[in-house]
This record gives sequence, C-alpha cells and structure tokens, in this order.
Amino acid sequence: MNPEQVLFFVFGLIALAGAISVISFRHPIYSALALIITFFAQAGLFVLLGAHFVAAAQVIVYAGAIMVLFLFVIMLLNLGRRDPGSAAGRGKWKGIAVILGILFAAEGIYIAVNALSDNTAVASAQPAAESVTTYDIGTLLFSKYLLPFEVTSLILLAALIGVIVLVKRERPRTISRIRISITRD
Amino acid sequence: MGLEYYLMLSALLFTTGVVGVLVRRNAIIIFMCIELMLNAANLAFVAISRSLGQTEGQVFVFFVMTVAAAEVAIGLAIIVSVFKHRQTINVDEVNSLKG
Repeated sequence: MNPEQVLFFVFGLIALAGAISVISFRHPIYSALALIITFFAQAGLFVLLGAHFVAAAQVIVYAGAIMVLFLFVIMLLNLGRRDPGSAAGRGKWKGIAVILGILFAAEGIYIAVNALSDNTAVASAQPAAESVTTYDIGTLLFSKYLLPFEVTSLILLAALIGVIVLVKRERPRTISRIRISITRD
Repeated sequence: MGLEYYLMLSALLFTTGVVGVLVRRNAIIIFMCIELMLNAANLAFVAISRSLGQTEGQVFVFFVMTVAAAEVAIGLAIIVSVFKHRQTINVDEVNSLKG
C-alpha cells in the first residue's frame, strides 16, 4: 500500500467513527465534538484529493464557524441534563431505522461501483496530475459562476435578516410607554 | 486511490446522517446529521471533480458550504425560539403543526 492509500483509510475510518459517534452519544456536546473530528478528517481527505482551498474552507467554515454556532446554542440552552430529547428514539423504530440505513448504504455503494463501470467517461478519466489551485477556483467563480456567486450573497443576506427577525425581542409597548412618561415629565 | 473508494465513503457518511435524522429526537443533533449529509455530498463533489480533471466540483462545494452556513444560522434561530416557547427541543413534543 502506498502512503496515499494508508492516509485515505486512516482519514476515512476517523471520519466514519466520528459520524457514528455523532448519532450515538447521548449528550449533544459530545456529538458536536465528534462532528468536529469528522470535519477535520474530511479536510484531510480533501487535501488527499488535491483540493487545498476546499480543505482550508472546510476547517475555517465548518469546524470553525458552524460548530462554534452549534456549541454556543447547546450551551445557551443548557441542554442534555434534563431534556429527554437527548436520548435516542424508541427501540422498535431505532432497529428499523438502522436496518433501512444499512440497506440504503448498500444501495449507495452498489450505485457508486456500478455507475463507474457503466460510465466509461468517468472511470477512464485519469486523475489530474497537478492539484487545482485557488487561482483556478477564483477564476471560475468570478467568470462562469459570477451570477450564482452573487445570488449566494443574497442567500446570506436573507439568512441574516431572517435570524434577526426570528430572535428579535418585541417590546414596542414598553418603548411607547417610556416615551409617554418622558413627555409627561 | 480510485474514485469508487471515495464514493463508497461518501455513501457511508451520508447513510450515517440519514440514520441519525431517523433515530435521534434532539433537534440540534438532527441538524448535525444534516451537516453530515451535506459534507458527504461535498466529498463526492470533490472526488468526481478530481477524477474528471475539472474545477467545477470545488466551486459547487463552495456554494454548498454557503447554503449550509445560512441553513445552520436560520435553523438554530428557530430552535432557540422554539425552546423559548416550549422549554424543549424534542421533536416528538413539538408537534403543534401536525394536522
């Protein structure tokens, strides 16, 4: 086995173990930490694939920003101690879900292998020798995919406004009362 | 490393996320499982992009990451406001919209 294969199996096993830990830990904090491990292992896989920009974005955006948001909300709500929702679902449905999941995974693997043997264009394509640089991604992003890129900023703006509207504390009455009391004084 | 190994790993990670959504009742953990599924799709994107020798796959990963960030922000805000009203985020107990 060459080093790339060894690294693939190491990172792949870490990612899978982290993913299974996410759905099996009872406390949400442990699940979040296991998810961070999975994200780092996936960043390693991206480096193996020569996608250095995506690997860096994975660490910064997912393992950094998104997981901090998750941990912040878990700690803000102080979950896990008294919330019965942290426990897994009822036993009967759990078994059925796991069986269906195994079937689904088998199906996915079957498709992954068979589609490659049928589609000669994908299977016969030689992996690019040099990795894709950030320069290439930036050129593509700001030429061919300029409109989707701008729409992305609209999505982020909508999310920003939506979050503010959702968690805003509405106190218009108290404000008007304060104004009335000020004018009376 | 062949493309099929990466696609198999991607399928396994996606399945883990699906099983998590089906099994767990905690809304935050369900969100984490959705992130797992998005990441599995990202892995497939990058692997196929590399196999075809094209850059497009990595650009799509960029868009998926943006959408995931927006989705997490909105979802966690909904969870916080649901928790304010119901004092729980167990999805079995938050069933007022059930017909």
